[in-house]
Amino acid sequence: MPVAIRCSNLVKRYEGKTPVDAVRGLDLAVEEGECFGLLGPNGAGKTTTIEIIEGLLAPTSGDVEVLAMKWGRQDGEIRQRIGISLQETKLSEKLSVLETLTLFRSFYRQGLTPNEAMRRVSLEEKAAAWVGKLSGGQKQRLAVACALVGDPDLLFLDEPTTGLDPQARRQLWDIIRNFGKQGRTVMLTTHYMDEAERLCDRVAIVDHGRVITLGSPAELIASLGGEHIIDFSLTNGGGEGIPALLPEVLADLPGVQSVRSDDGQISLAVAEVHVTLPALLKRLKDKKRELASLTTRHASLEDVFVTLTGRHLRDGDAQAS
Amino acid sequence: MSEKEYSPLGQLILARLREFYRQPEVVFWVYGFPILMVVALGIAFRNKPVEHIGVGVQQGEYAQGAKNALSANQKFQVRLCDPKECRQLLRTGKVDLVVIAAAGPRYDYFYDPTRPESALARTVVDDALQRAAGRKDAAVAGDIELTESGARYIDFLVPGLLGMGLMGGGLWGVGFVIVDMRIRKLLKRFIATPMKKHQFLAGIMLSRFIFMVPEIVILLLFARIAFGVRVQGSLFAVMIFVFLGAFTFSGVGLLVASRAKTLETVSGLMNVVMLPMWILSGIFFSSERFPAAVQPLINMLPLTPLISALRAVILEGHSLVQLWPQVVVLAVWGVVTFALSLRWFRWM
Repeated sequence: MPVAIRCSNLVKRYEGKTPVDAVRGLDLAVEEGECFGLLGPNGAGKTTTIEIIEGLLAPTSGDVEVLAMKWGRQDGEIRQRIGISLQETKLSEKLSVLETLTLFRSFYRQGLTPNEAMRRVSLEEKAAAWVGKLSGGQKQRLAVACALVGDPDLLFLDEPTTGLDPQARRQLWDIIRNFGKQGRTVMLTTHYMDEAERLCDRVAIVDHGRVITLGSPAELIASLGGEHIIDFSLTNGGGEGIPALLPEVLADLPGVQSVRSDDGQISLAVAEVHVTLPALLKRLKDKKRELASLTTRHASLEDVFVTLTGRHLRDGDAQAS
Repeated sequence: MSEKEYSPLGQLILARLREFYRQPEVVFWVYGFPILMVVALGIAFRNKPVEHIGVGVQQGEYAQGAKNALSANQKFQVRLCDPKECRQLLRTGKVDLVVIAAAGPRYDYFYDPTRPESALARTVVDDALQRAAGRKDAAVAGDIELTESGARYIDFLVPGLLGMGLMGGGLWGVGFVIVDMRIRKLLKRFIATPMKKHQFLAGIMLSRFIFMVPEIVILLLFARIAFGVRVQGSLFAVMIFVFLGAFTFSGVGLLVASRAKTLETVSGLMNVVMLPMWILSGIFFSSERFPAAVQPLINMLPLTPLISALRAVILEGHSLVQLWPQVVVLAVWGVVTFALSLRWFRWM
């Protein structure tokens, strides 16, 4: 497979009184035609990474290759072939949707007609509406249309659905999937595990400026050793008794691949729920522990992240500063 | 649609023009405000017909004689007052001068010599009383009044307001707009496309020139119709200075905006840049009133040569050739500020 994006040993340090290392030695290779996701909590370095690849930030060190070209040498050529949607852009509120797309179209040698770009994101009915009058989801679709209007080979989307309602998110996912169906490459960042699971062919989980694991969502979930999760909690919350011993107590149950305990909730990664569950209930009864809650579900990328870092994706907000 | 319909420069200019005309409040400030200034200042400083001179005559034995002598002339408004009342009238400016008449006849004038109206009243009242007392004029004196246009305050003011509009337009229309686009991350979004940076800057500047033309035409036409202010020199020379001024202040606006990241920063910087020129560069009164020592400095500020050149063309009909020093100062400011801002400009 030809490679659309290659980064090697990417480092970005923001100098200051206390220098911040946003990216610390990151390697990636994104293949042509795939939808590649950078998943991680806020502050993990996703935006810094994608902006370096987009040529908007200079790396402190490391190499970036985009469509087999390099920033600093073939900037104009790269820009003609990529489309970018930034995390926060406030497009001019007093311009209409059609006027905005015509403006962006004028920057490219070739591309879609503004009407075709509107059609791709289903905004035809809003052609004459001022940007200031659009809903959040419509504004975000317009931002993506501005990225599509140059008919790019490579599309970058930084947190494309943050802050949108579920329906607006699904509409955007459809737009991104349709773009991918034409054999084009997409790179997106997200801190939503469901977004990464549904959209991406491959995902790199990023934490503290490094890729901590990389693979297809199915591979990453399989790496937990069990595709199902049993979450349960006990009536006394494990506050007395022998909570520290519980992992060992449970690890030898049939089918259990891993055990983790988080804030009173215990999660077992298991291969087959119907094998493990009866054994678990029996074990708890033997130990005279009482269940407060119990649910079973499919494992997600969230579980992968928690297993690797001991933190939840959404916890990143507190550490972003 | 064919490929050639998309001109980036044309689209950038169109986008700016649309944003401008779709904000009625901005349109008002740019086009309406200078006219309000002309109206307000034109009325406040209109050439008044000869004013009445208020004279108080302090009550006393000879007061009535003095009052009668002065009342013969209609320009005096005479009132009798007791000493305390006279002092009060003088202090509050209700009369310009108080006459104390005594035997002889003898007249003592009570007034504040630092007030121009009072000093004038002293001379005119004394003249009237001396004549009433029998003085003969030694020579015949006649009056020829100057009413030529070009010498009134409104004539002086209009070129000043043109210059002020060009300065404000450059700083707001370029500086503020760019910082606003930087804050909205729109500049960053634009450079994420293949857009050429010089086309963006040219688009901002050319759109500024386009909204400036109606601003200048409206102001000059209004001044002509409402106050009879005429352009003595060539309109071509006026337009050259208008464009040169717009270019120079676009450069200053760009420089002010080159790094600012918040609207507070850019507003503060714009005030720092504009305030000295509002006061020193001769918008409302001649900059020559400031001490000679600071004149070279004042003349280096870009607004000073712009206004002095506009006045020279509009009021005195000077030609471009005579005004080359002003052209040079403006051009240097424009080129230097552009060069510096291109170097320092931050797109993100």
